[in-house]
Amino acid sequence: MSTVTSDHLGHVADTVRPESHTAGERRAWLRPTLVMILRIALCFVFGLPLIFMIVSSFKPDTQIFGDLDSWAAFLPVGSLSMDNYTGVFGRVPFATFMINSVFISISTVVLGLLVNSMAAFALSRIEFRGQKVVIGIVLATLIVPFETMALPLLWWVNTIPYFDGSQGWLDTYAVQIIPFLANAFSIYLFYQYFDSIPKELDEAATVDGAGWFRIYRSIVMPLSGPAIATVAILTFLPAWNSYLWPLMVVQSEELRPVMVGIDYFKQMGSGAGVSWGQIMAYASMITVPVLALFVAFQKAFINSVASSGVKG
Amino acid sequence: MLKRTAKLVAATALAASLTFSLAACAKGGATSTQAATPGGTQTLSLWTHNAGNKGELAAIQSVVDEYNASQTNYKVEVQAFPQDSYNQSVVAAAAAKKLPCILDIDQPNVANWAWAGYLAPIEGMDDILSKYLPSTVAKWNGTTYAYGYYDVALTWVTTKSILKKYGARVPTVDQPWTGEEFMALLKKIKDSGDFKYAADMATGWTGEWWPYGYSPQLQAFGGDLINRSDYKTADGVLNGDKAIAWANWFASMAKDGYMPKKSSADPAADFYNGKSALLWNGSWTALPAREKFGDDVVFAPPVDFGNGGAVGGGSWTWGYSTGCASKEGALDYLKFASADKYVAKVAKDTNNIPTTDAAAAMVPGFEPGGTSDVFRQISKKYTVMRPETPGYPFIATTFTKAAQDILAGADPKTTLDQAVKDIDDNQKANNYFQ
Repeated sequence: MSTVTSDHLGHVADTVRPESHTAGERRAWLRPTLVMILRIALCFVFGLPLIFMIVSSFKPDTQIFGDLDSWAAFLPVGSLSMDNYTGVFGRVPFATFMINSVFISISTVVLGLLVNSMAAFALSRIEFRGQKVVIGIVLATLIVPFETMALPLLWWVNTIPYFDGSQGWLDTYAVQIIPFLANAFSIYLFYQYFDSIPKELDEAATVDGAGWFRIYRSIVMPLSGPAIATVAILTFLPAWNSYLWPLMVVQSEELRPVMVGIDYFKQMGSGAGVSWGQIMAYASMITVPVLALFVAFQKAFINSVASSGVKG
Repeated sequence: MLKRTAKLVAATALAASLTFSLAACAKGGATSTQAATPGGTQTLSLWTHNAGNKGELAAIQSVVDEYNASQTNYKVEVQAFPQDSYNQSVVAAAAAKKLPCILDIDQPNVANWAWAGYLAPIEGMDDILSKYLPSTVAKWNGTTYAYGYYDVALTWVTTKSILKKYGARVPTVDQPWTGEEFMALLKKIKDSGDFKYAADMATGWTGEWWPYGYSPQLQAFGGDLINRSDYKTADGVLNGDKAIAWANWFASMAKDGYMPKKSSADPAADFYNGKSALLWNGSWTALPAREKFGDDVVFAPPVDFGNGGAVGGGSWTWGYSTGCASKEGALDYLKFASADKYVAKVAKDTNNIPTTDAAAAMVPGFEPGGTSDVFRQISKKYTVMRPETPGYPFIATTFTKAAQDILAGADPKTTLDQAVKDIDDNQKANNYFQ
């Protein structure tokens, strides 16, 4: 009986085990494959516009639109040349715009890091009456979109005296940098991160005779690399992409940033026409450096975002 | 590692601060609109929308250079802005009371900017401007605020070969297509399957194109954007039977497959690539269309849908601001720059319609019987100005929204009734811009 049972079970086992093994293997194989397909699909969704932009930057306008009905739109085929890039340099002072944007963005990041980290340090470490109210007010400003503040801010920067004694800050680099140094989100990020650093370190430093600035400079900031990296990136991108504010406050061509330059290619009804190939070339020229920077620091960025608790 | 990062950040901060202190304090010159120099020469700033248009910018600069060389009392300085964001820059400057002395203005905005106090009236130029095309002299309440060197004209672009193949006549300025002729032609082209679309009306474009490009058909049906007898209401003209007939036609153009519901960003390129047989566009397509099709190209006048054809009027015009410290200087420049030779120069360099007969005779192609004379004839015969009321920007955006909704399938009567209500409310809320 037992033999029969054993044989029977053995038979069952022989017949079932391979099937079960196959199903298990299939499951193990299926999941990563589906994930990979999803990733590739997402790569296409997010990557195709970039590929289209770069590929189109080498094509004449009529071909860009002629290729739209097929995959040729994403392929470097047909009549390719550097004409659009040459056209860009003939139409806008690209180097000036690029230098302006680099200067404005880096200044905003560096000075913003100082201002916001100091503000967050004060809120996190120095106890004072109304501390929570100040934090609440800082956080409340997060819900106010910039567009609603643009006109009052314009009035303000046009009213206050400038460094040279003249009235108003319009048409300067400073007006493109200083209003964006203090940033509620950056303060909150630093505040959160500083709060996670043990206060015992401060106490030990105080015993050794360190003051608040020494604690900020020698203890808290060196331990806040991920938060610094996150704030730097989140400050850099809007500074680089700034468009509405420069339109409002900068009139001189020599002070304009790169994003305003894209309007130079959208000239209607006066013989110049819209140069889509040149727009693509210009967009590539201002996107690729930032993209390369992001790719180069991708790992550090992801690590810093993960450890500083920034989500979505 | 972190210590090194901190040091790097600190060093960069220091370097940036130093650079900042040196460079950031520099001010651009464009906001100092009128500064008197020790020698007595007064500087007048001039803003133009031509930063991305080297041809027109060079033409304007040459006029300015000749003016500066002609006298020593004033020096005009040009500051160019990109067209796409020019209006925002001007409005922001007005809010900051930093308008330039002389500026160019898109004609439909003149009434609004005059009402808002940005623009000052042009005086003492009536004789000169009487020779200009009416559509290039921007007025509000009977007062002139700006004049332009040129106009542009809307046109149906196609080829003689296409018209011959589908048995349609080549229309002339005096004998445009009737609505029936036009729709019969579109039907033949559509039924042939030779083209993806029989027509392309550039429905993918945005902004001012919608009232500029499509209100002429509304007018050709007998409707209008506002009752022009007193500019107080749109009731009866934007939602009457004729306006609803236009709306039904406009919607059917997309619904019945005669034109794309949303064109590509460059419908002219699609036309050149053979995707459409007729293109609703402007005289600015003349050069590339001639390059592509040579003598085969046809620039047809607007279709007569029962009330005569119509095209929009008015392009970029020149005026001066109320904040200009030297009204005499601004008027002196505007008079100097209005000469026929400058009209001819700018029109030639931009390939647009010269505003005076004398200038037209100097621009190859625009002389009577020239290859581009058709645009001047269309402009003279069919121009219906966009309503010269300060409420126009609101009317334009309201009409745009209504037309887009109608094209997307909204009920024409309900949509136009709502547009009329919105326009009337806005006119009333602003006390009819008195």
